[in-house]
Amino acid sequence: MLEIDALATCLSTPACLVNQTTSGLIIGMLLFLVASGVTLIFGVLHVINFAHGSFYMLGAYFAFTVYQLTGNYFLAAAAGAVGAAIAGIVFERLIISRVYGQNVLMQLLVCYAFILIVDDAVKIVWGAEYLAMGIPAEFRLPPYRIAGGFVPPFYLFLVAMAVIIGLGSLYVVTKTRFGKIVRAAAHNASMVSALGIRVPIYFALLFALGCALAGVAGALAAPVRSLTPGMGLGILVESFIVTVIGGMGSIPGAFLAAIILGLTRSIGSVGFPLFVDGAMFMMMALVLIFRPTGLLGQGTLR
Amino acid sequence: MTSDAILSVAGLDVFYGASKILFGVDLEVGRGRTLALLGRNGAGKSTTLKAIAGVAPPRKGNVRLGTSNLAGSRPDAIARAGIGYVPEDRQVFPMHSVEDNLAIGAKLGPQGQDFWKLETVYETFPILARMKERRAGLLSGGEQQMLTIARTLMGNPEVLLLDEPSEGLAPIIVQAIADLIRKLRSMGVTIVLAEQNMHFCLGISEDAAVIDKGHIVYRDTIQGLKANTEVTKRYLAL
Ligand SMILES: Nc1ncnc2c1ncn2[C@@H]1O[C@H](COP(=O)(O)OP(=O)(O)OP(=O)(O)O)[C@@H](O)[C@H]1O
Ligand SMILES: [Mg+2]
Repeated sequence: MLEIDALATCLSTPACLVNQTTSGLIIGMLLFLVASGVTLIFGVLHVINFAHGSFYMLGAYFAFTVYQLTGNYFLAAAAGAVGAAIAGIVFERLIISRVYGQNVLMQLLVCYAFILIVDDAVKIVWGAEYLAMGIPAEFRLPPYRIAGGFVPPFYLFLVAMAVIIGLGSLYVVTKTRFGKIVRAAAHNASMVSALGIRVPIYFALLFALGCALAGVAGALAAPVRSLTPGMGLGILVESFIVTVIGGMGSIPGAFLAAIILGLTRSIGSVGFPLFVDGAMFMMMALVLIFRPTGLLGQGTLR
Repeated sequence: MTSDAILSVAGLDVFYGASKILFGVDLEVGRGRTLALLGRNGAGKSTTLKAIAGVAPPRKGNVRLGTSNLAGSRPDAIARAGIGYVPEDRQVFPMHSVEDNLAIGAKLGPQGQDFWKLETVYETFPILARMKERRAGLLSGGEQQMLTIARTLMGNPEVLLLDEPSEGLAPIIVQAIADLIRKLRSMGVTIVLAEQNMHFCLGISEDAAVIDKGHIVYRDTIQGLKANTEVTKRYLAL
């Protein structure tokens, strides 16, 4: 099962190392964006958004369509984020806000219903077959050669975007008035509202921010993954693993855990191809046993 | 006083679940005056303030600020209408810095008043200026009390509801809080002060109302109340 030779060869070949690291980072950054939305929403609203993968999928499809219409990938990525944010506000106001503070099974049920509805809606609008966007025109350039490995320019863009967006969200949550209010309301919504603040609007906006992160991840994934109804499920499960390993409510934790998981995936595909998923769940189990709040988590958002 | 009342409360009934806590509570507070709402443990002081602030919505009755009726509105709308509420258990945001606590409370008053901002608050509460970077959860009880009052003032309220600001504090801190309330009064802030301790209110408020088992049983100036030993004995256990 363990392909020690292959692993050793790859780890000692710079080209292979560069290729595996880049593809690990791609996986990791997409996971990071999705997971930071999960973690933000949980940290503030104390609700696990089981439907988060749907917003990732919507972001990918919105980006796909806007790219087809305009040929401008940057516009397409923005549309993925904004479209997912709008869908998120609708979902939050109409559906999930009604089960805040309720039994988690109730929340799961409501989210599952939403997932099915959105998957079917995507089938109706875009069809059930696989769609491929391909590398956008802006990035059809020769790959960079780094230590013998090939790094496509779009990959660099993806990683840079994820880091910038991650830092941006961290800034919004820790430094802006919006972030201060939302973090205070996470602990004591009734006191925040007694100070004159319309807490439900802030909660809806926070939810939208989380969905925008999933949407932009979908838009960034569209050129490198195939689009299919139901594509949100796999990344949802993995982003939960990231959230648990990194610590609920911690964006830096999500970043760290996503990189660990991404590299495990890409290097594992060489070294232990049959045990990649197993390794991820094993890491999660170890974290839950030895550090239940996650690597950088403190329980809730602070 | 009736004519220049800025806050008037009439016929408030409040229930917690099935139990009735307030029975037709009436109060009037003149502009720029300080009303002490006195009563024993469990008399209904906090519930009255919560009902005015909308935190414990009344089932019946009116809460008038100026001309608008606020009973039944959400707490945030009542706060924006100009009623600032300082709860008895303080409820600072413990993980936020002192300055962030203040910033969260910041807003204009209902008429666009902007007197209270960080500078004026720091001038009035020098102790908070010294601690502005500190996490609010690390402050002492007295400092937290100062912070909650200041945080509510940052919203430029027309009426300030203070729920037992002296509770559980050392005598010297209680003195500091009393000085602060006097200072606010001299700045023209209208205050409703819920208290068990009449002596604390003596040098602070002009008017007094006594509440017992959810009924307002006495209304007078605070000096009149002090002189009425029958009432103070019966309802305030003095
Ligand atoms: N959340 C609640 N649920 C049920 N009953 C409550 C609740 N809060 C208060 N009460 C009851 O309502 C009555 C009035 O309470 P309230 O807190 O208004 O009294 P208080 O005058 O502020 O007393 P204290 O001086 O102890 O603060 C008490 O009998 C109390 O037990
Ligand atoms: Mg009380």
